[in-house]
Amino acid sequence: MTVTASRVAPKGTASATDRLPGDARRLPRGLHPVAWWLWAIAMATAAARTNNPLVLLLILAVCGFVVSARRTDAPWARAFGFYLMVGCSVIAIRVLFRILLGGGVAASGPVLFTLPTLPSPSWATGVRLGGPVSASGALAALYDGMRLATLLCCIGAANALANPKRALRVLPGALYELGVAVVVSITVAPQLVESAGRVRRARRLRGAGGKRLAAFHSLAMPVLHDALERSLALAAAMDARGYGRRAGTSAAARRTTAVLLIGGLAGLCVGVYGLMDATTPAVLRIPALLTGAAACCLGLALGSRRVQHSSYRPDPWRLAEWLVVGLGLVPATVFTVLATADASALAAPLDPLGWPSLPALPAVAVLVAGLAGFAAPPPLLSGTAPQ
Amino acid sequence: MITFDRVTVMYAEAAQPTLRDVTLEIAEGELCLVMGSTGTGKSTLLRCVNGMMPTFTGGTLAGRVVVAGRDTRFYPPRDLADVVGVVGQDPLAGFVTDTVEEELAYGMEQLGVPPDVMRKRVEETLDVLGLADLRRRALYQLSGGQQQRVAIGSALATHARVLVLDEPTSALDPTAAEEVLAGITRLVHDLGVTVLVAEHRLERVVQYADRALWLPGDGTVRVGPPAEMLAISDVAPPLVELGRRLGWTPMPLSVRDARRAAAPERERLAGMTPPISAPATGTELLRAARILVRYGEVTAVREADVTLRSGEIVALMGRNGSGKSSLLWALQGSGPRQGGTVNVAGVDPARQSASQARALVGLVPQNASDLLYLDTVADELARSDLESAARPGTAAATLRRLAPAVDPTTHPRDLSAGQQLALVLAIQLTAAPRVVLLDEPTRGLDYTAKAELVRVLEELAADGHAVLVSTHDVEFSARLAHRVVVMAEGDIVSDGPAADVLTASPAIAPQIAKILAPLPFLTVGAVEAALTEAGR
Repeated sequence: MTVTASRVAPKGTASATDRLPGDARRLPRGLHPVAWWLWAIAMATAAARTNNPLVLLLILAVCGFVVSARRTDAPWARAFGFYLMVGCSVIAIRVLFRILLGGGVAASGPVLFTLPTLPSPSWATGVRLGGPVSASGALAALYDGMRLATLLCCIGAANALANPKRALRVLPGALYELGVAVVVSITVAPQLVESAGRVRRARRLRGAGGKRLAAFHSLAMPVLHDALERSLALAAAMDARGYGRRAGTSAAARRTTAVLLIGGLAGLCVGVYGLMDATTPAVLRIPALLTGAAACCLGLALGSRRVQHSSYRPDPWRLAEWLVVGLGLVPATVFTVLATADASALAAPLDPLGWPSLPALPAVAVLVAGLAGFAAPPPLLSGTAPQ
Repeated sequence: MITFDRVTVMYAEAAQPTLRDVTLEIAEGELCLVMGSTGTGKSTLLRCVNGMMPTFTGGTLAGRVVVAGRDTRFYPPRDLADVVGVVGQDPLAGFVTDTVEEELAYGMEQLGVPPDVMRKRVEETLDVLGLADLRRRALYQLSGGQQQRVAIGSALATHARVLVLDEPTSALDPTAAEEVLAGITRLVHDLGVTVLVAEHRLERVVQYADRALWLPGDGTVRVGPPAEMLAISDVAPPLVELGRRLGWTPMPLSVRDARRAAAPERERLAGMTPPISAPATGTELLRAARILVRYGEVTAVREADVTLRSGEIVALMGRNGSGKSSLLWALQGSGPRQGGTVNVAGVDPARQSASQARALVGLVPQNASDLLYLDTVADELARSDLESAARPGTAAATLRRLAPAVDPTTHPRDLSAGQQLALVLAIQLTAAPRVVLLDEPTRGLDYTAKAELVRVLEELAADGHAVLVSTHDVEFSARLAHRVVVMAEGDIVSDGPAADVLTASPAIAPQIAKILAPLPFLTVGAVEAALTEAGR
């Protein structure tokens, strides 16, 4: 989606090349997009383990620091501000719903205020609208919303630091077509928004009257026509440029690849879910993850043999990439171990209510992850001359 | 390089074939110009070259098209990608990646070119087309001319030996078009690329062409040297039109040659003045002062003053992105406006309801089809009467006057660009606005359709409307406008009688003005009238 910048990209190349001390001496290059995504996912994993608002704010701050230090000046690098705004609305919605729907569930704490209760019909017993709102209930909703917002912002950081389309380019050959499909669908969304805006403006020129159905019709028809025409044009352009050239492969090989890939992905999903949710039985965690990964690798290796396209300026994977991923894994590991050992270690005190405190070890771990901002090389800006 | 062997193309539901029994041969390294009116099959001919026709367009193709020894019957477009590069009218629609460099490399990636070779070729292409400074820029942030050069570059980087361009400059301002065409001619001369280019505004390309294909519209294709083809074709740039009237042989194709040929005419015309188009003396219909339009940090229109009088046709010119559209939308009241005043019949259209605003000022937007959403022309017209609370049949009567040939049962999307424009204009005129604004109406129009548009707009002016047209097309504004307003970076940089403004700078001077400079003649019509006068 086309993100209107909440803040402007850094101006001037002189100040941008030495945004951190020592940057002027280092060779600017783009960090491998996968490294940034792994770092961000690791941060998200850590964030998912805690609802302590101070820790969550620290994670947000560290993400913000790394983004501002290492993003490029491309339009998609301004995505972080947009994710912050989405995060705020997530928190607001979460709190609002908790107050309206389930305000009294954690009724042990002091009651802040009481909303008028709406009688619920017999088929919806258990759902109650309004009623007393307790402080701990509202706070729990706030912390929960903050956790979700932090997860979102971690993904936003990855988007700002590495163009998602560029990240998809590293997909192994077997998944190339899938990657292109994703890229195209990512592109269609902002185009739809753009043409909807244009048509809506144009409708005013015709008086913009009519009943609601006619109004919808007058908006939807031109937009859909437009989208259809654009996708046909894109398909034709891609074909004319050689997309989809391939050597023939046997149907059996294709089927084996598909089974391995889908089975592997299912295993991966179960494994990742298991890691995120501490209550999952142990069998469904690491073992499922490893089996899934193995099946995927095999499928990819099989599938990649038939592909014959090459890749322009593939990003190298060097020390900086290892460092960034390693630094991201520090909080992820610390948080996971802490949460497994003592479930309350990373939880904010809600029952009884209390001020949250900032635990030392997790705080240090999150700050260590922030060193990724120094470990990564300074980014290449579109204004800088080619090396 | 390209061989058409008895090619006949027939679209489903078409009464007769678009191309009939076409046999031709295009040699390596030729720059071949494809000309003809809208709907004569130019695009179809171009699409045959890389097999897009019939793979993507439907229809049937009889005969053989062979490109670099490959028969398109057996090679789908993707397997011809290493030989034929294609560039369309709208480069943005064909971009697959985000940045200039990646886009240039995309085609090569598909062909499996090794990374080191690919890197070298991208660098070369960046240099050949002058894109080196833009290499890491996002594609949608580039100007139209730059985007078009990227599209050409990505077709070239695969070392395609044939380049097919379908109206590559139709959306560009004169300067950007020059830039793209200069790039193309350089490729022909330096690399020996075979180029097949279709173009409506012939005055821009004809001087560079080695050969011309003319499609008269009956399905045949006539091939010959550009000068010969232009002497007989139904489409001709003003220079050739002048040459025909004055009986020049051989027909000059560039302004330089024409200036030499026109020496005696310049002598005969010296001291004469062209018939001045009547200065606007009508009542003032629209007065706008200090119009300010901003989008975030960008100032699109900077304190512009505009006055429109009844009976007056004003052309609004300026390069892509100079704020023309923003100004038109602000004048109509539907677009954003951060400052200034607009006064139409004592009120500000921006403060009126949408239907009141369109009764004051009618605007035909750049994408005219955005306004059309019903299934037939007749439905659109009936709907328009309803919207404007006009007597049933008002819109239909207007359309009959503007474009008599339009069949009311057609789907609006099936109309030609010129007919679509006429339909939207008819819809907007149903609300009876005295001020009519048109945003880039000449896009995709051929000479006939443009002449038709000139007639329609002149009629509107004669009826007492004030007409403001934004356009890139200098020849069009030379024929049409009484007054020309030029914008740059949101400022109005000049505003005056067409003859003064259009002859003041070579970038927006029409061909006739260049040929006869320093005489203030703009159009073939004016020259002819003056010569008859002199003959008497």
